[in-house]
Amino acid sequence: MSTVAISEKELDGRCPTGPIAERWDRRKRELKLVNPANKRKYTVIVVGTGLAGGSAAASLAELGYKVLSFCLQDTPRRAHSIAAQGGINAAKNYQNDGDSVWRLFYDTVKGGDYRSRESNVYRLAEASRNIIDQCVAQGVPFAREYGGSLANRSFGGAQVSRTFYCRGQTGQQLLLGAYQAMMRQVAAGGVKCFARKEMVDLVVIDGNARGIITRDLVTGKFESFAADAVLLCTGGYGNAYYLSTMAKTCNVTAAWRAHKRGALFANPCYTQIHPTCIPVSGDHQSKLTLMSESLRNDGRVWVPKKQHDHRRPGEIPEEERDYYLERRYPSYGNLAPRDISSRAAKERCDAGFGVGQSGMSVYLDFAAAIQRDGEATIRAKYGNLFHMYERITAENPYQDPMRIYPAVHYTMGGLWVDYHLQSNVPGLYVLGEANFSDHGANRLGASALMQGLADGYFVVPYTVGDHFATSKQEKVTTDHPEFRGALEASQQRVKTLLGVNGRRSVDQFHRALGKIMWDHVGMARNEAGLKEAVQQIRQLRDDFWKDVKVVGSGEAFNQNLEHAGRVADFMEFSELLATDALYRDESCGGHFREEHQTEEGECQRNDDDFCHVAAWEFKGVGAAPVLHKEPLEFEEVPLATRSYK
Amino acid sequence: MSASSSTDLNLTLKIWRQPSAAAAGQFKTYELRGVSPDVSFLEMLDQLNEQLIAKGEEPVAFDHDCREGICGTCGVMINGQAHGPDNETTTCQLHMRRFQNGDLIVIEPWRANAFPVVRDLVVNRSAFDRIIQAGGYVSVNTGGAPDGNAIPVPRHQQEAAMDAAACIGCGACVASCKNASAMLFVSAKVSQMANLPQGLAERSQRVLGMVAQMDKEGFGGCSVTEECEAACPAGIKLTNIALMNREYMRAALTATE
Ligand SMILES: Cc1cc2nc3c(=O)[nH]c(=O)nc-3n(C[C@H](O)[C@H](O)[C@H](O)COP(=O)(O)OP(=O)(O)OC[C@H]3O[C@@H](n4cnc5c(N)ncnc54)[C@H](O)[C@@H]3O)c2cc1C
Ligand code: FES
Repeated sequence: MSTVAISEKELDGRCPTGPIAERWDRRKRELKLVNPANKRKYTVIVVGTGLAGGSAAASLAELGYKVLSFCLQDTPRRAHSIAAQGGINAAKNYQNDGDSVWRLFYDTVKGGDYRSRESNVYRLAEASRNIIDQCVAQGVPFAREYGGSLANRSFGGAQVSRTFYCRGQTGQQLLLGAYQAMMRQVAAGGVKCFARKEMVDLVVIDGNARGIITRDLVTGKFESFAADAVLLCTGGYGNAYYLSTMAKTCNVTAAWRAHKRGALFANPCYTQIHPTCIPVSGDHQSKLTLMSESLRNDGRVWVPKKQHDHRRPGEIPEEERDYYLERRYPSYGNLAPRDISSRAAKERCDAGFGVGQSGMSVYLDFAAAIQRDGEATIRAKYGNLFHMYERITAENPYQDPMRIYPAVHYTMGGLWVDYHLQSNVPGLYVLGEANFSDHGANRLGASALMQGLADGYFVVPYTVGDHFATSKQEKVTTDHPEFRGALEASQQRVKTLLGVNGRRSVDQFHRALGKIMWDHVGMARNEAGLKEAVQQIRQLRDDFWKDVKVVGSGEAFNQNLEHAGRVADFMEFSELLATDALYRDESCGGHFREEHQTEEGECQRNDDDFCHVAAWEFKGVGAAPVLHKEPLEFEEVPLATRSYK
Repeated sequence: MSASSSTDLNLTLKIWRQPSAAAAGQFKTYELRGVSPDVSFLEMLDQLNEQLIAKGEEPVAFDHDCREGICGTCGVMINGQAHGPDNETTTCQLHMRRFQNGDLIVIEPWRANAFPVVRDLVVNRSAFDRIIQAGGYVSVNTGGAPDGNAIPVPRHQQEAAMDAAACIGCGACVASCKNASAMLFVSAKVSQMANLPQGLAERSQRVLGMVAQMDKEGFGGCSVTEECEAACPAGIKLTNIALMNREYMRAALTATE
């Protein structure tokens, strides 16, 4: 284990105590309120317009706060949340199959391999029910049964059917619901929207988050915005790996800049590798494409029983197929959680059983479902996904099984927040995928949409008010020296990037970083590899600042420059990710250290030494960060070995 | 890049270059060699841009994000067709196997007064946001919604609402229309809401408000040439426009809200 500097003081998550089912209600009673007439005196900056940011912006404006909303895309409706396919969980128990708030809570804590906060997760499970109601009221067209009631499907890591969906476009419909709610507030004057403006720094005055610096992506102009609170809803950092299922603009910049201004970064090594993605097929790919987990409701995963079997799938008889998920995890079968399914696929491929030209993929087969339900039924359920698969691979999944392989998909780590979703910097709140709060070391399918909307619709509107009511602060303006200093530093950075004028393109550096991350900090990690990764990242970062070539001007629409700034931040951040992975000398959820596995290749946690959140404090680029620990207690779901057998 | 193989394509690209909204634009011709038929159209442009950057030239600006056909960010005219030749396929999902070695490909931005060019192939589509602001929502605040199953929605109605709600807001309908009409976009939202009980309370206000804003933004009228339906990557049907016209008439004649 590496030696790290550890802070003496434990982090306080401000979690309520007492019976778990009463905690959030009690906390809500304790929270101070801002009277309606005073709300309009407070300005809230919301960075990001995904499910978390869109829902927060709309809800806060409805309450009467003045909201300034920022996003990178040309319109808020295009945030990455739009790409979510499969669905959103909620403990409605409409299927009468034994679901409850407690069961969703339990599944999520267990699914996260006992590395999340019980209080947060319980609140999330409670809010899940309100989310569905809210979205239905907005006109989100969830799938229905013939009688008109809401339909459900199953997702991994659960034995009940609690996932609500809109065909294969659930994220799109939920996001449009939040976006429309926000547009309604734009019309009403409560939200001011700034599209194509990138937050490039956080402004902290007297220890409080008081504003941001942005770069206008059309004109290149830098601007300052002051506020009484700043909400970061800027999504996940999966693109540190270059190839991922995330949209191309997804980045760590906003979170990283906040980290450099004092916000702690928690559990960055918890990254999710999703088992069902279209495999890498060459070095031309710019991103990977997810095939929704919902497909595992009807698709069976298998590889040939013989190594290096080059027969076509249809020529391999039933008895020569290894349905390895059904074999290893009989009670969950093809719906085993993501981390487990991904590792099982890697294990088969590494052992020489993989299929496809490179041997780095496994089959996801719908033949049995098509025979049982007919092609029309399968087409109705998954038509758009099958169509997408065919467009990308030129193979017909109705005839031949899909070929899939794991890919980087989601990041459980993020900025540290307390129960109020406030970071350690007062006035800085972090919502959605950008925070670390609810999924522990592995997120269950259909739970990110739930968390983003819970944070934005049902948590932050209460907790931000308490911050205003309890911390009386002077108003600040953008003339404050902290704003001017941060603005000048941002301008200087662009000049530096443009001034390097080296030989290698930004994309080349990004791909090189991705390769280091995938090879050493991917699905399986070990001490030697992680140490190697840290060295390689440092070297690459040095090379970047000496040899990157960024063309064009800083005072114009310049996508090359935008990308350069984000890659520069990924290079700093990736070192922290690898450092955290090295520190966490155990296996849990998506973090698999080869040194710690059972004979059957399952994760071996070390609860004695690592049952805590690892939150890192920035001490300078290349300097060792300081670790702050938040101990995790499991009162409701006692610590146990996670089993899906 | 992978070593070139015999199936790789050599292409001539004629691309609209315009440094900014205010500057004049023009076509420029580029030769691009060794494009794998397995790459997407945007990956082909990535390849061109890497080549331009290596020479110290500015890369071609184009909008994109999800590269999965859902966010609606991408979209260019490819040989005169919005999103190119494939049915129900966005530019990012179009693959180069659709083209032949030696092809000339003409690439332009969406052309419409309401969508001014930002740079090269990038346009400003904020007019769509303002149309939604004019009524494309249900007025419910957060909290206090009744149980989801309290409002049953017959399956065929939900399916019809979902068909319309699938619009990705890319603007291909506007770009493909000789009148630069936004009727398909507007009608998709009107029709989603008109098919759901939740949408009925604001039915008249919504269609009147959205249509008024559409006109104000400078989009043209619909003369039913059906180009929009053919170009739409999300399969939005022309029948939505008919439904919107009915909704509009009904609202104009009876609205008391
Ligand atoms: C392909 C795919 C499918 C998925 N399917 C599911 C699913 O079925 N169910 C599920 O629960 N989850 C799913 N997920 C996960 C889920 O979609 C995301 O975790 C979630 O949508 C994240 O929402 P968010 O609001 O936190 O962030 P995002 O939606 O990523 O939004 C981030 C926002 O921040 C803005 N932003 C970022 N940086 C800056 C900056 N510096 N300045 C200004 N603005 C900035 C962006 O413009 C954007 O508006 C899926 C993810 C992927 C990749
Ligand atoms: S990039 Fe999202 S639809 Fe093409």
